[in-house]
Amino acid sequence: MIEVKNIYKSFDKTEVLNKIETVFYRGKTNLIIGQSGSGKTVLLKCLLGLYEVNSGEILYDGISSKNMGINEKLEISRQMGMVFQGSALFDSMNVLENIRFPLDMLTEIDENEKNERALKFIERVNLKDAIEKLPSELSGGMQKRVAIARAIVMNPKYLFCDEPNSGLDPKTAIVIDKLIQEITKEYNITTIINSHDMNSVIEIGENIVFLKEGLKIWQGTNKEILKSKNKEVDDFVYSSELLKKLRV
Amino acid sequence: MGILHDIGKYFLMIKLSFSKSCKKEVLYKQIFKEINDLILDSIQIVSILSFFIGGVVSIQMALNLENPLLSKTLIGYATRQSVILEFAPTFISIIMAGKVGSYITSSIGTMRVTEQIDALEVMGINSLNYLVFPKVIAMLLYPFIITIAMFLGIIGGLLAMTLTGVPSESYIQGIQMDFESYHITYSYIKTLVFAFVLATVPSYHGYYMKGGALDVGKASTRSFYWTSIIIIILNYIVTQLLLA
Repeated sequence: MIEVKNIYKSFDKTEVLNKIETVFYRGKTNLIIGQSGSGKTVLLKCLLGLYEVNSGEILYDGISSKNMGINEKLEISRQMGMVFQGSALFDSMNVLENIRFPLDMLTEIDENEKNERALKFIERVNLKDAIEKLPSELSGGMQKRVAIARAIVMNPKYLFCDEPNSGLDPKTAIVIDKLIQEITKEYNITTIINSHDMNSVIEIGENIVFLKEGLKIWQGTNKEILKSKNKEVDDFVYSSELLKKLRV
Repeated sequence: MGILHDIGKYFLMIKLSFSKSCKKEVLYKQIFKEINDLILDSIQIVSILSFFIGGVVSIQMALNLENPLLSKTLIGYATRQSVILEFAPTFISIIMAGKVGSYITSSIGTMRVTEQIDALEVMGINSLNYLVFPKVIAMLLYPFIITIAMFLGIIGGLLAMTLTGVPSESYIQGIQMDFESYHITYSYIKTLVFAFVLATVPSYHGYYMKGGALDVGKASTRSFYWTSIIIIILNYIVTQLLLA
């Protein structure tokens, strides 16, 4: 579980996050949604520890980010996995090497164990036939699956996904969303997904935090968001003509 | 102020590249990969250029030493001095700023654009140590390339003189004339300084670049521009310190 307590973040004089207070639950797919420029990415980067907050604190299963030393930060960051928007796979490595990479860099386990562990996750994301392929030989959906496998190969407690289905067709996007949700349940991870895709919100949004201009406007589940009386949430959810028609 | 900021950032990058080291086995693997990409892959172009430039240098020397009172051995002597003192270490380094420098900037820049560097940081890996340090170590073999350039430059001169009709004995006698081993030391000191510049300046331009694919190209051009300028300035400083 990650608790965000009254955090404030600005760049020079530009206020990006203001008094954000929320909880992201373990074993649930937590979504941060909002329009472009709402502060989603900055909040995600604060949670990842890539940005320092100006005030407030973040609690990782009760451990506060405040006054954290370098070693403690490193310890927390090694419990995190991240799926980037563009997958961020290493071009020169094949699928197996990409997934093995965190094990090679951060563990002392022997070669056989590394391969076994990597293969287990390759099978989990259904990429058994693509082990030897380079990222450039994979489709967008396959690249996302490799990125997911690489993010969870270290058995992280926290999984962060930045727009995991951007650039994917609707069908593949749902497959990726479902895969993330299954993995979240299976490994009991605190998963936080940054998204502005309403399909994801409806499919896997178990805990949704809606941001607008750096403020937390609303929090609830996918069922609640469709019935929300909040005008700003309503404008965001029903911004597409299709959803407006379906509402009627 | 911009330049001072960049200089400070460059030295901080170097400091970080040498700290918080990644696992040794991973670094060894990276170093061998970089030796292949930066050193072995450069041998062909350096060999071709050195051979023909050595030939041209000797022809031009011969053209300027037509006076019958001047010994033909001077052609070999002047070619040797030009190749060892300037052509091999400096001229080849400028070419390498284009070849190796662009490769380093574009490969690291592409990693930046495609968030691969962010991925390393999120994993808790010192990305500078993983990306820059192996390049610096691999470039310690750069004097090997310069040795090839020196050798082939002088051989190119010999062949050109043989084809021009200058007796090869005179040329060989010339390249042995008044040989000072300190000139080789000077040349290798310069080479090592340039090797460090070739590994780090393009890395800096790639690592701290911002933007998209188009900006990777711009960063490579900027990297070549600055690497060449720094090499030329350092060439003057080292020469002033060691030969003046």
